[in-house]
Amino acid sequence: METTKKKLRLVKTNNPSFWTKPLIPVLALVGTFMLTSGLILWAKANPFETYYYFLIAPLGSRVSFLEILVKSTPLMLTGVAVTFAFATGYYNIGAEGQLYAGAIAAAGLGMAMHAVPAILAIPIMIISGFIAGVAWALIPALLKIKLAVDEVVTTLLMNSIMAYIVSALLNGPWRDPNSGWPQSQEISPTAMFFKIVPRSRLNLGFIVALVTVLILWIVMTRTSFGLKMRAVGLGKPAAHFAGINVNKTILIAALISGGIAGIAGVAEVAGIQFHLIGELSPGYGYTGVIIATLGSLNAIGVALASLFFGLLDAGAQTVSRALGVPVYLGEVTQATMLLVTLGMLLLQRYKIRRI
Amino acid sequence: MNVVEMNAITKYFGEMVANDHVDFDLRKGEIHALLGENGAGKTTLMRILYGLYKQDSGGVQINGKAVQINSPKDSIANNIGMVTQHFALVPPMTVAENVILGHTNRFVLDYDAAESSVADAARKYGLDINPRAMVRHLSVGQRQRVEILKALYRNSRVLILDEPTAVLIPQEVDVLFETLRKLVDDGLSVVFISHKLDEVTNITNRITILRDGKSIGTVDTCDMSHNQLAALMIRQASFHVNNKIAEIKKSRSLLNIKSLSALDDQGLPALRDINLTVHTGEILGIAGVSGNGQKQLAETLCGVRNCTEGEIKLDGITLNGKTAGEFTTSGMGRIPEDRLEGVVGELTVQENLALEHLYQFSNKGFLNHKAIQKHANELIVQYQIKARPGDRIRTLSGGNVQKVLLARVLSTQPKIVIAPQPTRGLDVGAADYVRQQLLEQRNRGAGVILISEDLDEILALSDRIAVMYEGKIVGVLDASEANPERLGLLMSGAVKEM
Repeated sequence: METTKKKLRLVKTNNPSFWTKPLIPVLALVGTFMLTSGLILWAKANPFETYYYFLIAPLGSRVSFLEILVKSTPLMLTGVAVTFAFATGYYNIGAEGQLYAGAIAAAGLGMAMHAVPAILAIPIMIISGFIAGVAWALIPALLKIKLAVDEVVTTLLMNSIMAYIVSALLNGPWRDPNSGWPQSQEISPTAMFFKIVPRSRLNLGFIVALVTVLILWIVMTRTSFGLKMRAVGLGKPAAHFAGINVNKTILIAALISGGIAGIAGVAEVAGIQFHLIGELSPGYGYTGVIIATLGSLNAIGVALASLFFGLLDAGAQTVSRALGVPVYLGEVTQATMLLVTLGMLLLQRYKIRRI
Repeated sequence: MNVVEMNAITKYFGEMVANDHVDFDLRKGEIHALLGENGAGKTTLMRILYGLYKQDSGGVQINGKAVQINSPKDSIANNIGMVTQHFALVPPMTVAENVILGHTNRFVLDYDAAESSVADAARKYGLDINPRAMVRHLSVGQRQRVEILKALYRNSRVLILDEPTAVLIPQEVDVLFETLRKLVDDGLSVVFISHKLDEVTNITNRITILRDGKSIGTVDTCDMSHNQLAALMIRQASFHVNNKIAEIKKSRSLLNIKSLSALDDQGLPALRDINLTVHTGEILGIAGVSGNGQKQLAETLCGVRNCTEGEIKLDGITLNGKTAGEFTTSGMGRIPEDRLEGVVGELTVQENLALEHLYQFSNKGFLNHKAIQKHANELIVQYQIKARPGDRIRTLSGGNVQKVLLARVLSTQPKIVIAPQPTRGLDVGAADYVRQQLLEQRNRGAGVILISEDLDEILALSDRIAVMYEGKIVGVLDASEANPERLGLLMSGAVKEM
């Protein structure tokens, strides 16, 4: 036997040790802290203090705690929407456009339903938002299963089309005649989502979001359709071989995904803004992709990830108010956190070995 | 003088030895065949010479000088060129662009000069090809010519061809052979990897036979007959299964395949006019070197691939045109050839076991987890699967994955069991278990189609043996009249017995 110099190497393993999973959030936090403290120091703030205001302080006050839930509502909805698609191996990047499709439907109907009582108006808002999202998701889904056109490209481009449609509506027929601003008129009060907690922004939308999480969980773990979705997503040839109609499964999952993203648009219009505006979503559809990935395409994971992002959003504002650092620091931290977590998830599949 | 000399080359892939102290030499101006079954180590040996793999031990000499070949760059510098089965061409580029790719040193590329130099080279080597043609518009035979031209343009004096005729139609083979003879006359040396006896005896000067990673020897082509070569190439029996029960009487025909034709993924004919009958209580072995249509036959028979012509009739019911699911419910059970394509690795054992008949385990769309788990537990005991119902499939060994697949297929009591390469890659114990299960299916009265490259397995298990060659059935023998030599000749396309 020759003696060779031994080196440390990463070896791929199929069975990550059981203790790695709970360790990931902790390590991710530590890693993010180390990576971002330089920037925080540069902004002339104390990193420990910053992280306190960022992650702990928002949980302490009632107002900011409720604000976390408000911020997490659209993220939970788009996260669930994206999970439905991704779990089936359909990479829907179009939740942003589908959200606006739902928002247009909600604003249009909301403005027209002044004579309709809330008990009817609110379900109509939700259902029509779902249908609008489905309709907007239909074109790329059909292109995918009929012509094998890559859905990443088509769903992404549909977002741009939708942005122009919204802009055309708001600068054309729907422009507010009173103020002249590019925003629609206010929707009927009967179509507005009621508040869960008085004198806060927390509304029915949050409950709707929790219901979709529950539906996601039931479908994924309790139904044969959920098993089919996972089989198609994880092993298309094997699913095909087992007699599952792969294209039909993908189509249904893609449409459900679009529909739930549409509901996210309804929740923003009916629960928060009460008009259609161009800046309704600061990229909730794209953040949904991050939430779904971070939540490992699992209902509970998605719920936790969206609450965590809600915390980061609320925390970024607390920090900037308390310490006078830019709000952008929050976004940088969010992005760093995401990269570190994804890196951890990848690395947990490896072991360090001496070879 | 030998242009290439490889001494005692050994190469391991994990535990498996792919080349075991193999010696090989190539003389100037000869065509030297590497002959052997699939997995014998032919391609591995040549990949080592071309620098795609690094040998674990052994040395390489080029023109009498010991050389270190660490990457294809080194072998190209030593004037060695290789044309693999999968061409390395850029389809939207022209022939000239493909040929000069990686061979240009200057910053500014003069297209006219490149085209004319490629045209000159093509003329010089007698390779009829238009340098301005776009590669994606070329036929497979023409693309291969571009690959050869690419190698020669880099001043290759040694050309390695890996199964060059596998992708060609007979007329293209003739053109290729003519080209090779001309090039050899000009002093080129060629290594010709093949398992087709008639081609090897037709074109080569010498033959080195590999079997299970070892060199059996090097012979002059003119000294050998097809029979002798077939006997050298094919492994001798290594196991016996002695529990066949007596011929089942009154067996009736169960599956009728009439003039079945189908295309492969590239749209080329893979099955040509296949006629077969499978009876109850019978194992029909299908022998052949892989890549002769066996995979497509199995896929067509279980409804995953559509046929272009012909008919599949099971118990009087025509199946072709139906979906894969309908094939299964009609009684076609298939063990998938690629185990990992038959199971979803990230799903659990119990989920994989239920996947094929979910309707049995769900009520109004909701899964009955208890029933799924009970089903899994029963099959785990019955088929001796070493796993728990909740284990993910990807954590199981190959043998246990195969048992899961067997359990899933056989628990439905199919009328026909299609078993393509069912023991490939399994250890001895697991392989014996699978064979035993196939025999039990036969004894139960099912018809079993056993597709295998392992002739011993075919001979030990089958009641009748059909041999496939280039998408056709070239012979059907009774097990009693078959022997390795006779099958070997049929498999290499040297003879036909209908």
